[in-house]
Order: sequence, then C-alpha cells, then structure tokens
Amino acid sequence: KSTLVVAEHNNEALNPITLNTISAAKKIGGDVTVLVAGTKCGPASEALSKVEGVTKVLVAENAAFNGFTAEALTPLVLAAQSQFKFTHILAGAPDSALSQRVPGGPTEFRQSGDHRVKSETPLAHIYAECIYLNPDAWPEPRVIVSGGRGLKSGDNFKLLYDLADKFGAAVGASRAAVDAGFVANDLQIGQTGKIVAPELYIAVGISGAIQHLAGMKDSKTIVAINKDPEAPIFQVADIGIVADLFKAVPELTGKL
Amino acid sequence: MARVLVGVKRVIDYAVKVRVKPDKTGVVTQGVKHSMNPFDEIAVEEAVKLKEKKLAEEVIAVSVGPAQSQEVIRTALAMGADRGVHVEIPAAEYELLQPIHVSKILAKLALDEKADLVILGKQAIDDDANQTAQMTAAVLDWPQGTFCNKIEKTDAGLTITREIDGGLETIKTKTPAVLSADLRLNTPRYATLPNIMKAKKKPLKKVTAKDLGVDTSPRIEVISVEDPPVRQAGATVADVDALVAKLKEGGHI
Repeated sequence: KSTLVVAEHNNEALNPITLNTISAAKKIGGDVTVLVAGTKCGPASEALSKVEGVTKVLVAENAAFNGFTAEALTPLVLAAQSQFKFTHILAGAPDSALSQRVPGGPTEFRQSGDHRVKSETPLAHIYAECIYLNPDAWPEPRVIVSGGRGLKSGDNFKLLYDLADKFGAAVGASRAAVDAGFVANDLQIGQTGKIVAPELYIAVGISGAIQHLAGMKDSKTIVAINKDPEAPIFQVADIGIVADLFKAVPELTGKL
Repeated sequence: MARVLVGVKRVIDYAVKVRVKPDKTGVVTQGVKHSMNPFDEIAVEEAVKLKEKKLAEEVIAVSVGPAQSQEVIRTALAMGADRGVHVEIPAAEYELLQPIHVSKILAKLALDEKADLVILGKQAIDDDANQTAQMTAAVLDWPQGTFCNKIEKTDAGLTITREIDGGLETIKTKTPAVLSADLRLNTPRYATLPNIMKAKKKPLKKVTAKDLGVDTSPRIEVISVEDPPVRQAGATVADVDALVAKLKEGGHI
C-alpha cells in the first residue's frame, strides 16, 4: 500500500488538517507520501519533514499554484498519481475543494466522503473531511466560548472575549448570531460552518438548533448558559445554568 | 445572454427529525415530509435573479431521482425557472446513487443544453457530501466557483466572492463555469399561488441516465448508517458558584 496526502498550507504555515490527514494515511498503512504545492513551499515542507510516519515529501513550486485553485492542483495530483501509482489519495476538505475535484477528473477514482477510515478497499480513495480522525491530536483550541442570538448585539460579544481570555479560548458563534450580523461568518460553528470538538465548549445564549448541535456535540464537556430552561441546548449540556447571560457571564469571568 | 442549468434535489425536509432504519442500511424516507434542498433554493433564486437582470435568457431546473423529484422541479418552475428536466432513477437504484453519478449526468445535460453556467447548492442537507459541484466542474473541465456569497457579471466573465475558513475570497472566472451557492448568496423567494399554477404548464422533460449514457452502477458501498451516540443531559446548577465548582471538579480550571 502507498498513500499520497495532499498538504494544505498557505505558503507560510502548514494547515493542521494536513496532520489529521496524515494520521488517516498511517491507519491505512504502507508508505505515506505528502505532496506540497504552492509558490513558496519551504515552511510547509520543513514542518512535514518532522512529522512522524511521513516517508517522502514531494514539492511542486510554481506560480501556477498561486491561490491554490483546484483547477491548477488537480492536474498535478493526477500527474503524481500516474507516476507513483498510489493505492490511496487523501486530502482534507479545504476551501480549494480539491478533494472533490480530483475524483471527477479524467482519471477514474473511487471517492468517499466518509468521516472515518473503516475499511480498506484496494483502489484509490479520497477521504474528504478527515477532521473527525484522531480528535485527541487536534491542534485546535482546548476551550471554545460560543455565542448565539441571546447576545443581542455584536458589541456584547465582548463579554465572551473577556471570558475566553480566562481560558485562552477561541470564540465561536451560532448561525443565528452570524445571520443577525453580530459577528463574521468565519466564526460560525455548525453543520454549514466549522465542526469542532474541544475539551470544553461553553454555549452562551444559544438555543441549540439541530444544525448547531451537529457542529459541536462531540465536545468533551458542554456548558450551557441560557435563560430559557426549555432551550434544546440543555439536552446535550453536561452542565447547564438557567440564567441571564448578561449577569452570569461577567460573574463567571470575575470568578475565574 | 446565458443559459443557466440549476440542480434541485429532493431531500427530507430540514425540520424533520431523521430516523435511522432498524437494519442500518439508511434512513427512513417513507411517509416523511420532503422538500427542495435549501441550498438548491438559493441556487434557483440566483439563476432567476440573473434572468430578471437580463443576464440570463433561460433557466433550466434539473432533478435526478425517483418520480417524486418532479415536485421540486415544479417548485423551481414556480420560483421562475423556465423549464425542467427530470432524470428519472428508480427508487431502489436511487438509494445507491452517488455524487459522481449526478455530476456526470449534470455535465452531460450542461453540454446537451449548451449551458453557460451550472449553479448548484453547495451541499445537500441529507448526506452533506459537498461534492457534486466540484465533480461536475471536473467532468466538464470547467472552472469552479464554490461556496458563492456573491456573483457579479463582468465583461470578461464573473467575479465571485467565496465563503472560506477565515473570511471571504474573491476570484475572477471565465464562463462556462460551475458555481455552488452558499447560505448567504441570497434569500430565496416563496412561490406564490399564481406562479405555482403557472408552473404546472411549464415544460418538463423526462429522461433516464441511460439516455444520457451515464453508468450509475454503485462505486462505493455503504457499510452501515448509525445514529450518533446519544448525549445524556447533565445536571443544571443553581448559580455561577456551583458552575465554577463543577468546572474545577472537571479539571477545566
């Protein structure tokens, strides 16, 4: 067996999803080759050479890869495949959507959007969205403080940033908060936003729509602060507190 | 003036609580309310808007699936699409249909219909695959504009704002192209009753995958479909002090 992992990076640093993808490749077994393409591949290839289990790093530096478009990267992956005949090709689910474009290309690939490596089928596979793999190894924030429509305004998110500072936490938001214009869409956690699984997830003023729960229910410990005792978030919370967030959050921040 | 092909998928309605079949082969669809995939509604809205702005001359709504798929084509027609194409896949076969098959079907139709743009929802809310637009672009070897937040026509082609991790990305692309609609591209209109009545008279063509020369034999095997582990609700605490104590207990602070 031999697996090609397509690295994701921004010419400055390696995207952590690549490490998850390498973990998946190691589970398949055999050699793990990583392909780094970009306009400046030094930092990413250097980081990769230190990753345990990587057999070989292929580097393709070219102005054509500026912007990392799937249109430019797909032929490169296909060329690597025709030269090295990998049994599996893995990529994350990056913005460039490469992992989806390659299987539709001129070479016939089998493709899977499966979130876990369960079986080994002897043909090239691409596993999209490897982020579910090996959550213990996540270089992601240990704690996430997330706000919903209950925050009432973007300014009020300051309460969450203050609380997050106490934990060294990242701040997230529900779709309702994003749609209401409180915060930018890149903070969105949920089915159509980011999927996260931190040690501690503090949901503040979030009712717990099923689409939001889909994005955070794998968190180890969930804390919910909401004034509505009927809010569905309490059905998944390990620790719930029915309280006015505008009082409870500053009090909590003060006591930490 | 462009011709736009827009894909519409019939999925379990977003408000329905999905149940896994006892034999773990899939989810229960019988007797469950279905509707158009919400991201496809956004795609249809964008296509109809292009027509209203005289940037498109015709909008063709395509659905791939069993007989009931015609319902969502009618919805698209009521929203303003001009005509429909139903690619009928028998129900039993449809359960095994994968994004790669749908991509090949859409690509073939895009060429047959001489489409300049294919607009699809970024993902369907039933399997969340987020693959069809990208694979359609690859099959056609056309540029792709995924996760569109804004689509603007320029002399040279299109300027597209994309929703990506960490913000927005703006790209320029030539046409023909395949685009996928993200949540904030627009707010889909409701079909009004007069338009629903009018939609019944709009042309709807039925074809099969075989007519289009697309092999739909399964390429991946679904081993098992399972419910996510149920999370037990924990205790509610009375005040912030008790919350702090619990966090200490759990080693979080």
